[in-house]
Amino acid sequence: MTDQAATEPTQVEPDPVLVRVREEFGEQVLDSAVEHDQPTFVVDRADLLRLAAFLRDDPELRFIRMSDLCGADFLDVEQQLNRRARFEVVYHLHSFDLKRWVRLRVPLDEDDAVVPSLTGLWPAANWFEREAYDLFGIRFAGHPDLTRILMPDDWEGRPLRKDYQPPREPHEWSFNPEEWQQAVQRGS
Amino acid sequence: MAVRLTEEQNLVLNMGPQHPSTHGVLRLVLELDGEIVVNCKPVIGYLHTGFEKTYETKTYYQGVTLTDRMDYLAPLSNNLGYALAIEALLDVEIPPRATVARVLLAELTRLASHLVSVGSHAMDLGAMSVFLYCFRERERILDVFEMCSGQRMMTSYIRPGGLAQDLPPGFEEAVRAILEVMPARIDEYEALLTKNDIWRDRTVGIGTLLLDDAIRLGVTGPSLRASGGDFDLRRDRPYCGYEEYDFQVIVGSRGDVYERYLMRIREMRESVKIVRQALDRLPGGSHITSDRKVAFPPRSELATSMEALIHHFKLATEGFRVPAGEVYTSIESPRGELGVYLIADGSSKPYRLHVRAPSFANMQALPVLARGGLVADLVAIIGSLDPIFGEVDR
Repeated sequence: MTDQAATEPTQVEPDPVLVRVREEFGEQVLDSAVEHDQPTFVVDRADLLRLAAFLRDDPELRFIRMSDLCGADFLDVEQQLNRRARFEVVYHLHSFDLKRWVRLRVPLDEDDAVVPSLTGLWPAANWFEREAYDLFGIRFAGHPDLTRILMPDDWEGRPLRKDYQPPREPHEWSFNPEEWQQAVQRGS
Repeated sequence: MAVRLTEEQNLVLNMGPQHPSTHGVLRLVLELDGEIVVNCKPVIGYLHTGFEKTYETKTYYQGVTLTDRMDYLAPLSNNLGYALAIEALLDVEIPPRATVARVLLAELTRLASHLVSVGSHAMDLGAMSVFLYCFRERERILDVFEMCSGQRMMTSYIRPGGLAQDLPPGFEEAVRAILEVMPARIDEYEALLTKNDIWRDRTVGIGTLLLDDAIRLGVTGPSLRASGGDFDLRRDRPYCGYEEYDFQVIVGSRGDVYERYLMRIREMRESVKIVRQALDRLPGGSHITSDRKVAFPPRSELATSMEALIHHFKLATEGFRVPAGEVYTSIESPRGELGVYLIADGSSKPYRLHVRAPSFANMQALPVLARGGLVADLVAIIGSLDPIFGEVDR
């Protein structure tokens, strides 16, 4: 990103992506902004699937590729960083036609960190969602195989949470050959 | 060891994580019907080092050294992706010399990385000599990295604000010498592989990835372009002034193992072109921004300027502060879209830094490609996706 893409607010000419989504979703989008040429929408999880599908399928937008998905934990800094809840799942979608990325942020409360899985729209979401589940404990409803991906299956705690306490003892690695069979039958 | 069978009497076989053809520490649980792969489940995480957690405890400057260790075959690409994300929030001016040098180094990195990819892929399929030839040239590129940074692989040379130090004397001659031989050397690899009947037998029509699947699975880089996806971040969202360079985005159509190999060979030729253009236009001037809040003052100033000393002290003890905000930047690493999503809270450490590793996303295509093929072809398919596990597992 070079200097000309700095934080110029695009008040003069409203961003076409922003306009298109507002037309369709109006008040259902909790918040929207354009920073660094990236439109951002904060959306309730109940509207996530519909908004994601709209962004993907709308002929003017066609955000057909899921670029990235990750979790974030805003423990005790929700106010400072303008977040609505402790957790967030952040999606980055890419449109080949517009050559742009759009960001979706879904706030999630600590005691109910469940969000619909986007694996039905993009199979690419599969591993990314497993990663967010593994490291933050965010659950993705409807995910075909919501298991740990980077950490060992029997690890305790969610390492990327801000209040995570790493174990004081070295982890005892376990290996159970019986699990191979279950693993391969769960599919990937 | 007991033989394990599924209900359909298929053999369950574990491959890896220490299998030499799995490019590091990939473990695959395979379900086999004879030699046919019925199902394939990658198991990853063996190199998980918690980089994203560690970033949160390091200042932005300290974090640079972690980036080298993710995609260890393309450390300068990682340095660059990380630096660009921070600079987008900092809003600092990068001197033209640093910008051009970054392009130059990123393309040398692509060359070095593709050389390993082609070489080790060929070795996986039994063509040992290609590996040795590829590494011969790669060593010369690593020599250049060593000249610049003192390190062959863990360079940490591209820093937020510019470069760690100026390009060394003799840099231009060393790079020109590589450019001189490279096109002929690429011809050599092609002479060994491109029309080689054995190579073609092992790769043509194997592991075909359809464009739709590639996009749905989030595949990027040469593997997407081999399937006909005309997408390259250097052209489609230019950074570091890539729009001013003359190069082709190489796109294939068939999407098989052979085409993915061919993409890398042809991209190497394009990289040579870009390096030459960058070298021709390399301007003089400073290698790092003059913003003393971000860049260390030159050593010569420390003895005479109190202010420089203060800046140096602040940077060394506390680091620079990045204004609160979030940004997602991505660059075209040798393996695809290397994205960095940074949430800054105004302190001198990232609040959250997530790396969208291209190998991680590309690996999701492996089960799709493996199903229905032979076990022996699986080795060819893994090599053609060119995964780096430091980056997959982070």
